[in-house]
Amino acid sequence: MSVLAAGGPVIPTFGKGSSCVTGDHTFCWDWVRGHWHDTLGPALVQHIELTAIAVAIGFAIAFPLALLAHRFQRLEQPFGIFSALLYTIPSLALFQFLVPFTGLTVTTVEVALVAYTLVILFPNITAGLHSPPEEVLEAARGMGLTRLQVLMRVELPLATPAIIGGLRIAVVSTVAIATIAAFLLPKGLGYPIFLALKEPTPFKTEIYSAGALAVALALSCDAALVGLRRLVVPWASKGVA
Amino acid sequence: MNAAAEITFDHVTKRYAGRDAAALDDLSLEIPAGAFCILVGPSGGGKTTALKMVNRLIPFDSGDILIDGRSVRDIPVVELRREIGYVIQQVGLFPHMTVGENIGTVPRLLGWPKAKIRARCGELIDLVGLEQSDLKRYPAQLSGGQRQRVGLARALAADPPLLLMDEPFGALDPITRFRLQTEMRRLHREVGKTVIFVTHDIDEAIQLGDRIAILREGGVLAQYDTPDAILAQPADDFVAKFIGEDRALRRLALKRLSDVKLSPTNGADQQPRVSIETTVRNAVSLLLETKTDHLLVEDDNGQVVGAFRFSDAGALL
Repeated sequence: MSVLAAGGPVIPTFGKGSSCVTGDHTFCWDWVRGHWHDTLGPALVQHIELTAIAVAIGFAIAFPLALLAHRFQRLEQPFGIFSALLYTIPSLALFQFLVPFTGLTVTTVEVALVAYTLVILFPNITAGLHSPPEEVLEAARGMGLTRLQVLMRVELPLATPAIIGGLRIAVVSTVAIATIAAFLLPKGLGYPIFLALKEPTPFKTEIYSAGALAVALALSCDAALVGLRRLVVPWASKGVA
Repeated sequence: MNAAAEITFDHVTKRYAGRDAAALDDLSLEIPAGAFCILVGPSGGGKTTALKMVNRLIPFDSGDILIDGRSVRDIPVVELRREIGYVIQQVGLFPHMTVGENIGTVPRLLGWPKAKIRARCGELIDLVGLEQSDLKRYPAQLSGGQRQRVGLARALAADPPLLLMDEPFGALDPITRFRLQTEMRRLHREVGKTVIFVTHDIDEAIQLGDRIAILREGGVLAQYDTPDAILAQPADDFVAKFIGEDRALRRLALKRLSDVKLSPTNGADQQPRVSIETTVRNAVSLLLETKTDHLLVEDDNGQVVGAFRFSDAGALL
């Protein structure tokens, strides 16, 4: 269900709402309540979808690439440079660049979002895999762990904090960048903002409420990942007693 | 494998690319089963290189290393390493595993049942002088000395016939180091494994080893013998210099009054008394300190068994 379906390209009830809404006061709770179901709620769900897909695909690509670069050190620099170059392209420009190939579709948006998550996830996972101290690896080899066992039992567990750290940055930045998807698609929390800005006098409540939701979404994802870190990395939080 | 392994270095040579001097030059050593063998020498002597060749962390160019007559090259490397305890200076405990999980690493790799691993961890934590409750702690919660105790327990976990120790106490403060050295000697007596122990500290070598191999720059074996024989007859100037000019005193430190042929006592004597377990070096020190010509030596029951004089010490050398 899209915002458009709720009654046209203009802000649905602008002009026939409460005096707060018609007067475009700073923030109108009644508009937020009235349009949670047709505007803000769906936009939030779409935003979560856009972000989740981007981060999931980005991780699914970055993780094996990082493993590959870790195994064959020669690959790390080219991979790193490529992903860093991607990041220097402004997101809007990247969207526009992709439109001729993939059109005004979710695919276009996701390709761009995934590209950005790669830039964050790849170096973080690689750095995580490099994080075990040399003496720990030497002890592992010296005790007769195979290369795969060193990876599974030592390198990956010790890389987990850095990987989760990368996920935190990737999720938060994707939540932010995904608002720009509204330039292409009527989807996500960017879209209500986009519509409100198109009004002759931008409707403040809509901009603020969608913006606040994006911030809240980013913060809660971040908090969830911090919680996850605490759960799966109990050793990192226990310092010297 | 047996409880303790016999190790043979047979004309082992190693050169690193781009360097003129050999890291290890034609090293031949026989280490009897159950020996505590120290590899000692200045840096560049190849002692760590020699050690790491035994568990094949470093390959050698020529010659061979045999464990109980079997070339290390003929044993699959993973299998070889699981049967050799390995302790390094920086310990290298796995920070994400508890002490118990760290100790159980090799038994887990070998597929021991969980109950057996747990029992073994409990046994080892006692052996190295830690508390059972420490098994649940993480390495970051331990002191340096405690970590090395865990490292030792981890190396002993699968009851390997050979223990390789690469400057294990080098990073510890002097008090902790001394305590661990003392316990290492006790432990060696208790578990009876062959130990190859690398250090650059001649004091540590003399205190711990029952055989010492002194390696000089270029990986050349300068002398291989018991501590007493090396101190009594250094093979050359290099060894003499390395073991120090006070080598006579160092030798006396290796002996106890129980090794001395004591002089008879002359009746009721008010001389200072010392235990028969005192090292001769400490007894000489006491003679100097008390400015007397002899000490009374008493046995464990406090009975005077003889007198100790300067000349008795000299007779030992």
